[in-house]
Amino acid sequence: MSATTLTPTSPKAAAVDKPVSWKVPVTLSVVAVAALVVFGSMAPGASATFGISTDRDLLQLPALTVSGVAGGWVCALAMLALAGYSVYLARAAAKLPAWVPIVFGALFVVGFLIWVVAGARTTSISLAGLIAGSVTLAVPLVFGSLSGVLCERAGVVNIAIEGQLLGGAFTAAVLSTVTGSVYVGLLGAAVAGALVSLILAIFSIKYVVNQIIVGVVLNVLISGLTGYLFSTVLTRDPEHFNAPGRLPIIEIPFLSAIPIIGPILFRQSVVGYLMYIAVAAVWFGLFKTKWGLRVRAVGEHPQAADTVGIKVNRIRFWNVILGGAIAGVGGSFFTLVAVDSFTKDISGGRGFIALAALIFGRWNPIGAFLAALLFGFADNLQSLLTIIGTPVPSQFMAMLPYAVTIFAVAGLVGRSRPPAADGIPYVKG
Amino acid sequence: MKLELKGITKTFGSLVANDHIDLLVEPGQVHCLLGENGAGKSTLMNVLYGLYDPTEGQILVDDEPVVFKGPGDAMAAGIGMVHQHFMLIPVFTVVENVALGNETTKGAGRLDLDTTRRKIKEISDKYGFDVDPDALVEDLPVGVQQRVEIIKALVRDAKVLILDEPTAVLTPQETDELLDIIRQLKTNGTSVVFISHKLREVKAISDTITVIRRGKVVGSADPSASATELASAMVGRAVNLSLEKAPARPGEATFAVRNLTVTDHNGQHVVDDLSFDIAQGEVLAIAGVQGNGQTELTEAVLGLQPHARGSVKLDGKELLGRSVKQVLDAGVGFVPEDRQVDGLVGAFSIAENMILDRYDRAPFAKGIGLKPSVIAAHAEKKISEFDVRTPSVTAAVGTLSGGNQQKVVLARELSRPLRLFIASQPTRGLDVGSIEFVHKRVIAERDHGTPVMIVSTELDEVLELADRIAVLYRGRLVGIVPGNTSRDVLGLMMAGIPPEEAGNAAGLHETAATPTTERHDGGGHA
Repeated sequence: MSATTLTPTSPKAAAVDKPVSWKVPVTLSVVAVAALVVFGSMAPGASATFGISTDRDLLQLPALTVSGVAGGWVCALAMLALAGYSVYLARAAAKLPAWVPIVFGALFVVGFLIWVVAGARTTSISLAGLIAGSVTLAVPLVFGSLSGVLCERAGVVNIAIEGQLLGGAFTAAVLSTVTGSVYVGLLGAAVAGALVSLILAIFSIKYVVNQIIVGVVLNVLISGLTGYLFSTVLTRDPEHFNAPGRLPIIEIPFLSAIPIIGPILFRQSVVGYLMYIAVAAVWFGLFKTKWGLRVRAVGEHPQAADTVGIKVNRIRFWNVILGGAIAGVGGSFFTLVAVDSFTKDISGGRGFIALAALIFGRWNPIGAFLAALLFGFADNLQSLLTIIGTPVPSQFMAMLPYAVTIFAVAGLVGRSRPPAADGIPYVKG
Repeated sequence: MKLELKGITKTFGSLVANDHIDLLVEPGQVHCLLGENGAGKSTLMNVLYGLYDPTEGQILVDDEPVVFKGPGDAMAAGIGMVHQHFMLIPVFTVVENVALGNETTKGAGRLDLDTTRRKIKEISDKYGFDVDPDALVEDLPVGVQQRVEIIKALVRDAKVLILDEPTAVLTPQETDELLDIIRQLKTNGTSVVFISHKLREVKAISDTITVIRRGKVVGSADPSASATELASAMVGRAVNLSLEKAPARPGEATFAVRNLTVTDHNGQHVVDDLSFDIAQGEVLAIAGVQGNGQTELTEAVLGLQPHARGSVKLDGKELLGRSVKQVLDAGVGFVPEDRQVDGLVGAFSIAENMILDRYDRAPFAKGIGLKPSVIAAHAEKKISEFDVRTPSVTAAVGTLSGGNQQKVVLARELSRPLRLFIASQPTRGLDVGSIEFVHKRVIAERDHGTPVMIVSTELDEVLELADRIAVLYRGRLVGIVPGNTSRDVLGLMMAGIPPEEAGNAAGLHETAATPTTERHDGGGHA
């Protein structure tokens, strides 16, 4: 046909008006100016000292000492330069490279650390300790957000992460104490998380109850149940019910003595190592296997999955259960690693932060892991800064992790796309 | 493979969707299921594909009775289906979509997409598909997405391929290509069940035609039967396929669009620099394949698009930048493309739906109160005038059939004095009887002296109603041509070929009318 040799004269791609977004340049500029005022002109006269090596490290590196004034000005001016660059790009309607906000954020953190440490009563902190502590605090968040990834990728919203963490923490404490083995406790935590998920799965998948409502109710239920048992049974006889002991820290010889990286990667409890394995396994499973392809299909377009013979609700069910088990393991961190007893509501809302990490990480296990690390860092920083005695009131410091969460999710995520069928029950026919 | 359905009955509550349907699909045959929307064709195919359990009846494959518990069983038996709404995952690549449910793995459950990629290439080469296995499905045009669906079925060794309304989303050229593919499939021994209500395609491709009406097989027809005969069998009474209309007597051009550009949230120009006029007493049809800016154009006129610039003037007054209410008050009547989403409030009564745009003024309201008796009387009058079949004006509009719902929308929009009437896909999903009615009312409004803009993706409808035709492609105006332009030229224009070139190209093959010729070549009627 000669008709097929004709080509449309209209351009293949329709014209595009690049929407010029001033959100990022304006935000960066405002923050940079604020940094100039606070970190630069209001810089404390003292110097900040950051310890890099710990006593146990093989290689002893000298501590880093930065003058508050010089460090503050350098960081603030660099931030200003980046803000200027972003304004320049926005005026030229060019796309802002991803490294700009990342480097900007890093400079802000460095500038803030120098300013706050130099102005504190103790002008020295251990950088290695700060980072290692961040990873440790991020552990339950990572498990929680992985649970969210597994559920939401399959199309079930899991608001009950908080309840799963709490259920895991409680069960780990009680079972470890009763059996005398922390590993039984760890296993029990997984089962407890899975049981919480079982209720979520039955109600939201089989009975098509609104997933958000079931999740919220579960959180309240688990909080009430563990709180009741804690005040009636655990406090009355803590020796027999609430003295689980701790999971031992397993040090990998040699490797654990590398500065900074050593304690993060090679000086962890079983739960810490499991976290790294879980992140890698969930990522590999979701994106490289047949199982993962099916899970993602079910979360995106369940009807399409059904028409190629995939049992949608069965996949959803097992994913929710698996997610619960993973969150349960994360919960054991509270009672077997962080401290060695259960207290009421020990998870302290971290299930919700994990949910934020999941969204900030764009429903990707590795993204969620990095987001959880950021929140862990904010969490650790606030406790550290309270200890060294900063000029900032401690109440404001306590808000830091939550402020970072809101800022990250609302400001930095932008338009991220959740799985298309997330939260929508699948009813056949 | 020989496929036979015996006495298939499917009921949903008291509704009998399929009533003892018998169907025999011989190997290597193209079997058409012809019937109106809602006749039960899709239900029957969903039963065959294992998506619904039949209430009664039997499916036989090569004379052996089989029971399909789900689509998986049907596929295993060699039945493939291309659904009307494609069952593809937009954010997956072609190869991932094809592999899904039929994955090959290389140990430890790891996906082996290379094998699937190779199979896609084999099938693409065999049938001349040009499909990139690593393209994201959401980036592909619908015609290519449909091929992905066909590949999906062929990878699973389908011996019978069911195509459910496959041409609804295609341009005429893509439709021709699809028909070629079906012929190739047939040559290779694949049987095809082709579901459609479009007589032209059915006549062009089928070996056997089974006509279904109200859930029952009403007979079979020969592809050589005339279109009128087929239509009568489908509808159950004599049908006049052509609309009686007097030639237009266009008056003054009171509606003028100048350099209208609409951008979406990504800054993409979904409507790109459109300019046209509509005169009083004239129907301008906006033709084009679905998704080429038609929706955005109508919404921009109505004030529903936030990012529109240019000028839209009615009776010399600017409409752009005014609120929807102000636009309606300027005398714009609007029938939206999706009556259930934008046209009606399903849970509201017919009477309430009739006054959705005038609930706040006399005679329907006084102060803050509504006047229910006036509203009911108004509705009574309108349902008889527009022939809405309903037991009562208090019935929820959602319980009516599509045709009756559309009549309610029309009744509301046409019962005000109008300065401009816009109807988007006015007969989508309607039965032949309702289509006739809607078309008559549209022409009546035109003859009343109102400028009329009809947006339709159905070429038949465009040719039926239009005095002039504007073709949109990727948001741009390809050209405005007379209402009697040949189908071939319009088809090419819908693919973005400008009218002069399209006229020449179409002229090479047949002596079809070029856009400048005034003679009607008769292609407008099925």
